[in-house]
Amino acid sequence: MAFVQPLIFTVLTVAAFSMAGLRFKRIYENIRMGQPEPVKGSLRNMILLALGQKKMFRNLIPALLHLAVYTAFLLTQVELLEIFLDGFTGRHRLIYYAVQDSAFGKGLYIAIISGIEVLSLLAFAATLAFLARRNLLKVLRFVKSEMNGWPRLDGNIILYLEIVLIAAIFTMNGADEALHRAEGKGSYGFLLSGNAVWLLFSGFSPETLAVLERVGWWFHILVVFSFLNYLPFSKHLHIMLAFPNAYFTRVSGNGQMRNMPEIQREIQSMLDPSALSGEALPPPDQFGAKDVQDLSWKQLLDAYACTECGRCTAACPANQTGKKLSPRKIMMDTRDRMEELSLNRQKHGPDHQDGKALLGDYISTEELRACTTCNACVQECPVSINPLSIILELRRHLILDQSSAPESWTQMFTHVENNGAPWQFAQSDRDKWISQTEA
Amino acid sequence: MANPTLTRVPTMAEMAASGEQPEILFWVGCAGSFDQRAQKVTGALVRILNQVGIKFAVLGQEELCTGDPARRAGNEFLFQMMAAQNIATLEGYGVKKIVTACPHCFNTLKNEYPVLGGNYTVLHHTSLIQDLLDSGRLSVEGGLFKGKRITFHDSCYLGRANDIYEAPRAAMAALDAELVEMRSCKSRGMCCGAGGAQMFKEAEPGKEEVNHARTAEALDVKPDYVAVACPFCNTMMSDGVKYADRQDDVRVRDIAELVAEAAGLFG
Repeated sequence: MAFVQPLIFTVLTVAAFSMAGLRFKRIYENIRMGQPEPVKGSLRNMILLALGQKKMFRNLIPALLHLAVYTAFLLTQVELLEIFLDGFTGRHRLIYYAVQDSAFGKGLYIAIISGIEVLSLLAFAATLAFLARRNLLKVLRFVKSEMNGWPRLDGNIILYLEIVLIAAIFTMNGADEALHRAEGKGSYGFLLSGNAVWLLFSGFSPETLAVLERVGWWFHILVVFSFLNYLPFSKHLHIMLAFPNAYFTRVSGNGQMRNMPEIQREIQSMLDPSALSGEALPPPDQFGAKDVQDLSWKQLLDAYACTECGRCTAACPANQTGKKLSPRKIMMDTRDRMEELSLNRQKHGPDHQDGKALLGDYISTEELRACTTCNACVQECPVSINPLSIILELRRHLILDQSSAPESWTQMFTHVENNGAPWQFAQSDRDKWISQTEA
Repeated sequence: MANPTLTRVPTMAEMAASGEQPEILFWVGCAGSFDQRAQKVTGALVRILNQVGIKFAVLGQEELCTGDPARRAGNEFLFQMMAAQNIATLEGYGVKKIVTACPHCFNTLKNEYPVLGGNYTVLHHTSLIQDLLDSGRLSVEGGLFKGKRITFHDSCYLGRANDIYEAPRAAMAALDAELVEMRSCKSRGMCCGAGGAQMFKEAEPGKEEVNHARTAEALDVKPDYVAVACPFCNTMMSDGVKYADRQDDVRVRDIAELVAEAAGLFG
């Protein structure tokens, strides 16, 4: 019967990776719905922002809590390697027994597992703190209206899963340590399970311990598989997409709006018809963005990379003063609309029009109009998401396609066009200040 | 009595007519040209430029809105129209270097005109003032503002859009005043509420005006002066101070005004 566990493990592994793979493929295709946008690859940005969490440290306490969970997660991947090897071969602690005769190898193994244990304990404390911040302290950015329902539950589910995962790790190592000792082999030497955690298991019989170790081991890997398949449906996808999102950096700075060459050409030909030679380009179907496929692939990647932390919304002057705008909601709406559109296209064919759009059905004019373009949301995002660029493309559509502007903006446009200034002053009075200054 | 050499404002057209080329173009901007409050900042910068003997000129009636508020509102056609006309004017005069007291003009000229064919070295006036003070070309007497509490309100289009946080602070350091920072400052600085063409419309429904909230943050640090570096921030913060009924003891001043005054240029 020794083959049963490896067989189940192999089947589960293939199933988990296949299911997750299909889902990741869908996300990739959804991002590819977007328009081209030039980007540059920046390893530096990826190392500083994603790997190094540089911007998280704008808020020290959440940064430290997050760092505990993040480093525990990273280091656990090493242990996961052994779990996979054990799973496929049906062996137990394959790497440990392979290296146990080498003082260096064994020392390194013990150090890594001990490191995982210490970080897991810190991550456990951090997870409790996160749960408290979301549910007891109700930190403002976690209880904004766009977090009602699924987003709030999603945030909590991840935290509960983390607790199960950490409990499984300590059950696995603690029971294994107790068993190891009961079998007269002494201690593995892991820092926490070897010195404290195993005592919790010391009263059990070797048979029970063997079962407990298996329970911990299987729970661990099952949580990993669940997590892998839950991730792409969750805001937690950021643990993967933060990396490409930080790597692909925008070519233009925060102060620069995307140029619209089609309009630039139009104006050039108006002002100087002789300047443009050659073919006249057909006018585009529409201007700015109305729906998700009008946005750039980078803007769509941004939406999937968002973990709904709300640092953008907390920093937004419009949101702070009670306006409807929330930059986080802009990102959530973009992602949710992508999901809806791709689901509808899957059901009804790739050319299906569902009669809905990001602008109007998800994001209202009132939200867009509240933006002061101050870049605070862009500045605060730990993973280089730019909600402002989406707001501005939607604003373009409102004005250029729907001629929808508040009356005072229409007047401002008229003044700029006729008087060269946003107010109703005559252009001939523009230099009046000179005589006043010189007088 | 104003010193006529301090307040002289040559135009590009005059210079071109006499075959001269200024060292730098002073882009005044719509607010600096038309808004009475901002005109004083324009006057302060003119005095500074004349004091240090920088050969400058303005476009006068040939200057047009850069198109920033139109573009941020979503009206790309109008922006492109303004940009094309301004670039034609600037190219016509062979302009290479520009200084402006408006962060919105600064950002548009510096970051958004190059792709349309307008490439210039663009300075915000706070950077120029910092250079002048650092190089000793401009010197100020500390006495006037000694012991006064000054807090600087960062402009979004200087700070987050262009990473200029130190120049205005360095310029103020010369005043020998007590510089105090607000709760949110530099890259965390809260917007005054005017950007993104908000200046030209009523705010959307909410519980508070942005400029009132920002002014409250400024008043929290008990300043004698709220220093600004943008004509729109100036309006917003001045209105905020009036709303809080503190206009008698808290003054809103542009960096150029503070420095020109400390340098005795208003004689």
